[in-house]
Amino acid sequence: MTAVAARFGGISWTHPKTVGVAGIALGALAFWLALPPLAARTAALPILLGILAIAAGIWAWSRDERRVGGGAIAAGILGIALGFFATRSSPAHLDEVVVWSALGAATLRYATPLTFAAIGGLYCERSGVINVALEGMLLTGAFFGIWGAIWAHGWAGGWAWVIGLITAALAGMVMATVHAVWAIHLKVDQIISGTAINFLALGITGYLFIDKYGDTGTPGDVPDYGIPDVHIHFLQNWYFVGPILGQLNLMIWVSFALLVGTYIFVFRTPYGLRLRAVGEHPRAADTVGISVYKIRYIAVISSGAIAAMGGAYLSIGFVHSFTENMTAGTGFIGLAALDFGKWRPFPTWGATLLFGFSSALADRLPTAYGNQWGTLFQALPYLLTLIAVAGVIGRSIGPAAAGRPYVKQ
Amino acid sequence: MSDDERRADELIELAITQDEVEQAPLQPGVPPPPSMHFASRFGGVSGVIAPLITTLIAFLMGGLVVALTGKNPLKVYHAIWNGTGLNWFFHIGNHSARVPFSTTHMWFPWDTSSVAAQNLQQTLLLTTPIILTGLAVAFAFRCGMFNIGGQGQYFAGTIFAVWLGTSFGGLSPWVHVPLVLVVGALAGAVYAGIAGLLKATVGAHEVISTIMLNWISIWVGSYLFGQGGPLQGSQPSIPISNDIVDGAKLPVIWGLKLLQGLSIGIFIAVAILVVYWLIINRTTLGYEVRAVGFNPEAARYGGISVARNYFLAMAISGAFAGLGGALDITGWEYRIGENDIHANTIGFIGLAAALLGRNTALGVGTASLLFGALINGTSGRQLDPSIFRPDLAGNLTTIIQGLVILFVGLNVGGVWLWLKRRRGA
Repeated sequence: MTAVAARFGGISWTHPKTVGVAGIALGALAFWLALPPLAARTAALPILLGILAIAAGIWAWSRDERRVGGGAIAAGILGIALGFFATRSSPAHLDEVVVWSALGAATLRYATPLTFAAIGGLYCERSGVINVALEGMLLTGAFFGIWGAIWAHGWAGGWAWVIGLITAALAGMVMATVHAVWAIHLKVDQIISGTAINFLALGITGYLFIDKYGDTGTPGDVPDYGIPDVHIHFLQNWYFVGPILGQLNLMIWVSFALLVGTYIFVFRTPYGLRLRAVGEHPRAADTVGISVYKIRYIAVISSGAIAAMGGAYLSIGFVHSFTENMTAGTGFIGLAALDFGKWRPFPTWGATLLFGFSSALADRLPTAYGNQWGTLFQALPYLLTLIAVAGVIGRSIGPAAAGRPYVKQ
Repeated sequence: MSDDERRADELIELAITQDEVEQAPLQPGVPPPPSMHFASRFGGVSGVIAPLITTLIAFLMGGLVVALTGKNPLKVYHAIWNGTGLNWFFHIGNHSARVPFSTTHMWFPWDTSSVAAQNLQQTLLLTTPIILTGLAVAFAFRCGMFNIGGQGQYFAGTIFAVWLGTSFGGLSPWVHVPLVLVVGALAGAVYAGIAGLLKATVGAHEVISTIMLNWISIWVGSYLFGQGGPLQGSQPSIPISNDIVDGAKLPVIWGLKLLQGLSIGIFIAVAILVVYWLIINRTTLGYEVRAVGFNPEAARYGGISVARNYFLAMAISGAFAGLGGALDITGWEYRIGENDIHANTIGFIGLAAALLGRNTALGVGTASLLFGALINGTSGRQLDPSIFRPDLAGNLTTIIQGLVILFVGLNVGGVWLWLKRRRGA
């Protein structure tokens, strides 16, 4: 408690970091004011607030708070652009697109597979093994999740999704084991073996899908034994919170637990310390008796299991079907979120929420504004990540030994 | 060779002969030099044999997948082989052929209008962009970078080729075709240059930035050619661009234009292979690029600007891939739709071709022909559905690609370990 008090008691309102954060808030406010329920109709308001945000950002930047400073500048520019766009479109369209509770729920739905992929990647990359195979692991989980559930529903009935999750995790672990053997023991370049896994996952799931369900697609009764939603009855009548949290898929709650668990495990336990040590300085870890290979194997294989669970959520919890290459870049957005969040659980989660929100918005835009704006919006997560790796909002620096095979001496 | 260059050469020799396995002291935030990953290990140690074994393993394991799902792999591979058109070379007879760009006929040992000939035209058409996206990966590899963004650079070329190809109706083909090709290549160069610039200035990892650029190009392409997009064709509700004008199409030298005959694009691609070889082996630029690829620290010490070479290598890589996109549009596709953008994986096939071809001109060319033939042989147009479903075969191709990439890496690693042990003994 004292630590928290010290942290908040010592706030200085003129500290560059505080100003930068205020700038980010102003940028968001610029956009928010132009949206329902307030829906300001004058473009001057978002522009004014946006300029203030940019000014705050530049000030913070000039005082070496580049991360929040850059964030405030970006938020200001986005706030002006989006706010201006919103004030120029008709109120009826705005009301149709911006239903905050629906957007909030959709954000969580889209963010969950990203969270699983990113947290899986976090374990892997924290141990010093680069994982560009998250996309493939997600896709593997998506196929084997629905395959297991369909196979089991004859005898497991409504609980078939449990079997689906288990088969998904096992399949993901098999894929990850290949990556682990190649990266750790055979010392093959980790990006090459990751790319190979992506191809293999795409080919194998596509092949098996066509072979098993090719003519008709996956059965239509999957929702009956898919991953269930959690209904929280007392919450459902609450204003705003109810529609978002009252009825969420079980896996979304699991992803929250996974986040907290990951934070505690990686940063508050000796095992997490070993994991990070192996990723930062394997030689030092080896010297004090930590088995670098063992920890890397465990980390890579669990990363496969976790990412595959995200894939299973996608196929048996969200869309209730499988199509070839259904992940279509989700794993790469997860990887982007991990970079964006600097390999830390909660910032990474923040990035997945931001990307999830942009997907949710992209999903709702076509109803009022036509297809093409929604399509262009899909590129936003990648663009933001590109800006992030460019160092505009603080350099993203991964674990020091990532990508480097360890040779025991 | 100037003194500086000679000095750099010595340093590079030194860097290579030193034990690469020895880990450099780890500095937080400084990524390991890319040469530690791959570039220096792609020399001609095991020559042709290792890629051949890799290919054999990949096809054997692919056959295993086919057998496990209850089909006869020998029959399947035979059907694919027939679809590739490569069997054309084995049917020698007494035929005549028209000399390109004329009406004269001359004696020719092969039948130029058989079904196999048409299949071969398709295979060569597919080989063309794979050579170029393969070179896009290979050139960056030689500089120690992993350009995973060939797909995005290919799309950059495609987009500009469609845009310029559908405009300027009355232009002479002598101006229009080179214009489209050059601008396509430039678009690819600029697009890859973003990643190169980020690598050179702030050290952003090229793998992450090119992956992001790939996806940006896919969504921007979907936007441009999709419903209501600025480059959508004149038919409303069909998300496909207009056809490029006749003046922007490459001349077809074998087969019929309407049936996607072979254009001169394949010769341009082969010429670029020669250009690649010349740049890498016979120019100062190629020398510097390889030096940076071997060991950036040694190169810097020898007076080579590492940042400049990172940028140039990426831009030239991108130019290759962008030209590949422009050749596809001007050579046989003539238009592009939103669905094509999502289905196209030429950039990633180029990745497999570069790895299998060990980044040499001859290797990339041969590997591209292999993958071009494989993709054509498994396509719905060529494969007999009564023997094997084409959509299954398409996925089989993807599996084989994955296995090739997996085992090419393994092979190199194995050779490297073997060398290390031998050196230690």
